[in-house]
Amino acid sequence: MAEVEGGGCELFSAGHRACGGCGPALAARLLLKATGKNVILAASTGCMEVFSTPYPETAWGVPWIHSLFENVAAVASGIEASLKRQGRSEKVVCVAGDGATFDIGVLCISGAFERGHDITYICYDNEAYMNTGIQRSGATPYGASTTTSPAGKCSPGNLHQKKDMPGILAAHGAPYVATASIAYPNDFMQKVERAINTPGPCYIQVHTPCCTGWGFESGETLNMAKLAIETGLWVNYELVNGQVEKAKKVRRKPVEEYLAKQKRFRHLFKPARQDDMIANIQAVADANAERFGIDIKRKESSE
Amino acid sequence: MLEFMEGSHAVAEIVKRCRPQVIAAYPITPQTHIVEDLAQMVANCEIDAEYITVESEFSALSACLGASAAGSRVYSATTSQGLALMFEVCFNAAGMRQPIVMTIANRSLGAPLSIWNDQQDSISLRDSGWLQFYAEDNQEAADLHMIAYKVCEDHDILLPAFVCFDGFILTHTYEPVALPTQEEVDAYLPAFSPYQRLDAANPLSLGMYATPEYYMEFRYEVDRAMERAKQAFIKAGREFGEQFGRDYSALVEGYRLEDADTALVAMGSICGTAKDAIDEMREHGRKVGLLKIRTYRPFPAQEIADALKDVSTVAVLDKNISLGNGGAVGIEVKTALYGSGAAVYDYIIALGGRDVRKKDIAAIVDLAEKGKGDMFYGLRTEVL
Ligand SMILES: Cc1ncc(C[n+]2csc(CCOP(=O)(O)OP(=O)(O)O)c2C)c(N)n1
Ligand code: SF4
Ligand SMILES: [Mg+2]
Repeated sequence: MAEVEGGGCELFSAGHRACGGCGPALAARLLLKATGKNVILAASTGCMEVFSTPYPETAWGVPWIHSLFENVAAVASGIEASLKRQGRSEKVVCVAGDGATFDIGVLCISGAFERGHDITYICYDNEAYMNTGIQRSGATPYGASTTTSPAGKCSPGNLHQKKDMPGILAAHGAPYVATASIAYPNDFMQKVERAINTPGPCYIQVHTPCCTGWGFESGETLNMAKLAIETGLWVNYELVNGQVEKAKKVRRKPVEEYLAKQKRFRHLFKPARQDDMIANIQAVADANAERFGIDIKRKESSE
Repeated sequence: MLEFMEGSHAVAEIVKRCRPQVIAAYPITPQTHIVEDLAQMVANCEIDAEYITVESEFSALSACLGASAAGSRVYSATTSQGLALMFEVCFNAAGMRQPIVMTIANRSLGAPLSIWNDQQDSISLRDSGWLQFYAEDNQEAADLHMIAYKVCEDHDILLPAFVCFDGFILTHTYEPVALPTQEEVDAYLPAFSPYQRLDAANPLSLGMYATPEYYMEFRYEVDRAMERAKQAFIKAGREFGEQFGRDYSALVEGYRLEDADTALVAMGSICGTAKDAIDEMREHGRKVGLLKIRTYRPFPAQEIADALKDVSTVAVLDKNISLGNGGAVGIEVKTALYGSGAAVYDYIIALGGRDVRKKDIAAIVDLAEKGKGDMFYGLRTEVL
C-alpha cells in the first residue's frame, strides 16, 4: 500500500460537505490511501462530486476532473491515451456512482473496457441516485423503496434485481474485477492496489451504505455494510480473468436482520409483514451463497 | 504547389501536419473520409498520435476532453446526428475551456433522415461556447484548421472550435489545394502548451460545481473570451497570410460590394455560387455584391454593419432554420443592421441538400429588390 506522505496528511481532506456517516466519503478516503499521489481521478456527477468540490473548495489532494454524469469512462480513455503519448506514469482511476455506472454510463464503460484502456474504474455503490433525491438505479436491490420505486398500496417497492455489473465487465475481458465493502477497509485498499497495478481495464464495485438514502442512523454505516456481507446480500469476491478467485466466507445471518434496520425496507414489516417479499430477498442471498460458495459449514473455522 | 485532391483528404493532410496527439472520432457520412484517412496515417506511422476508436460521438468528444485536460492537442470530426449526440459534451468542453478543434462536415438533421448538406447541425450549437468558422472551398477548409488551433490554444482564448465545411459539396469534391509542408506548419503553429493540465505534480480539480454565487462569472468569462477571439482570429489570419500568401484576417469578406445596392449574405460553399451569379448579374448592370461570413461565432455584428452601411437591400441566405422564427443567420444580421435603414430579407435555402444554382441566387436578388422575403426559397409546392 502506498504510504500517505506528509506525516499522516490525508489526500482526501476533511471539510467536504457529505452527510455525517456517508459511506461514499469513507470510500474516497480509503481509495486515495491505496492509490497514493501518483494518480489522476475522473469523477461522474453525483453525491461524491458535489460534496467534494463546491467551487472554489476542493477535498481532493490529487488531480481530479469531472465532466458529466455518464462520460467518466470516455474521459478517462482520453486521459489514458494522452498520458501514454506523453510517457507519463500516473494511474488513471474513475470514481463513479452506481447510477453513472449501471445505467446512464454503460455505453462509455463498455467502449472503454472493450478497447482495453489501462484504467481502474471504481463504482461506489450506494444503491440509488442519491444526489437527486434517492431515485432507483439498476443497482437498487429488489424490494427497496425509493422515490421512483416507492412502496405503495399496490407496489412492494423496486421489483427489479440488481444488475450484475461485475459479470458484465468481466465478460468484456477485464483482467481484474472485484467487489469490496467499506466495512473491510484493508481488503478494499488491497483490491485497489491490485487493480491499479494490473494492466488493462479493471473494475471494483465498493458497497457504500448511505444513511440518508437508506434510512439508518449515521453512526451505523459500517455496521450496515457489515450486515450486508453477513447476510449474503453483498458478497466480496474477485474475478480474475473471468474466474471467481476469492469470495469472503461468512456464517450467514437471516436477511431480516439487515432489512429491518433500514427505512427503505420498512414497508416489508409495517403495517403488515410481507413474508413473500422477505422470502424472495432471502432467496437472493441464498443464490449469492450458492454462486460464490461463501457459507462456512458447521465446524469449519472462519477463514 | 497545387495538388488536386478531395476536400476530406485535404483536411486530413492538414490535421496531420497540425500534430494532434490524441484523435477520437466516430464515423458518420459525410465525415467518414477524414477519419478514415487519419486512421490510415496513424497505421502508417505518418502521424504520431493515439487514435481512439470510440463507440460513439458522445465518447469521441468526451475522450478528447479528457486528453486535452491531460495536456494533449486533440482532434475530432463529426456532423449532423453525431454532433447532436455530442450536445452535452460540447457545452461542457467550452465551459471547461478545452481548446479542442473539431471538423464539422455540415449535414442536415433528421427527421426525416437525410445525409445531405445544410448547416443546421453546427448552427444549432451556436450557444455552446464553441468558435465556429465556415469555409467556402477546400483550400479555406484546410487552412482554417491551422488558424483554429492557433486561436483556440491562445491562453487568452482557450475555447474549442468547429471548422465547418459543407458535406459532399466540399468534403467529397476534388479541387486544387496548396498543402504546406510539415516544416511550414510547424513554423506557423507552435507545439501545444496547455494553460493547465491534470498532473500529479500539481494537483488541480477541474470541472467543479458552482453555486449561484459563481456560475454567472464563469459564463461571463466564456463570453469575454469569445469577444477576444475576434482579434485573435484577425491576428492569426494575418500571420497566415504573411506566411502562406492567403489572407484570412477578415471575419467577413466582401465581394464586389463597393458600389452595391443589394448585398447577399452567406456562409460556406454557397458563397462560390453566389460570386459567379453576381459576376453574371453585374454584366447586366445590376449592382449586386456578397458579404461572406467566415466566423459565425464570435458573430461579427460590427463588421457586418460596417461592410453593409451603404447598401439599401440585404438578402441573407440561410442553410438552416430556427423553426418558428426564420433563419438563424438572418435573425442575427437583422439585429446587426438594426437602424441602418437597409431592408433585410431572409431566405431559407438548400435544406437537406436541395441544389441551389446561379439562377436561384439571381431569383433571390430579384425577390429582395421587389421587397419579398423572409421565406423558404425553392419549395416544391406540388408535393406540399
Ligand atoms: C444526463 C444527466 N441526466 C441526469 C442528471 C441528474 N443527475 C445528477 S447526479 C444523478 C444521480 C447520481 O447517482 P449515482 O451515480 O448513483 O451517484 P450518487 O448521487 O448516488 O452518489 C442524476 C440522476 C444529470 N446530471 N445528467
Ligand atoms: S446522501 Fe448518502 S451518499 Fe449522498 S452525501 Fe449523504 S450519505 Fe453520502
Ligand atoms: Mg448512487
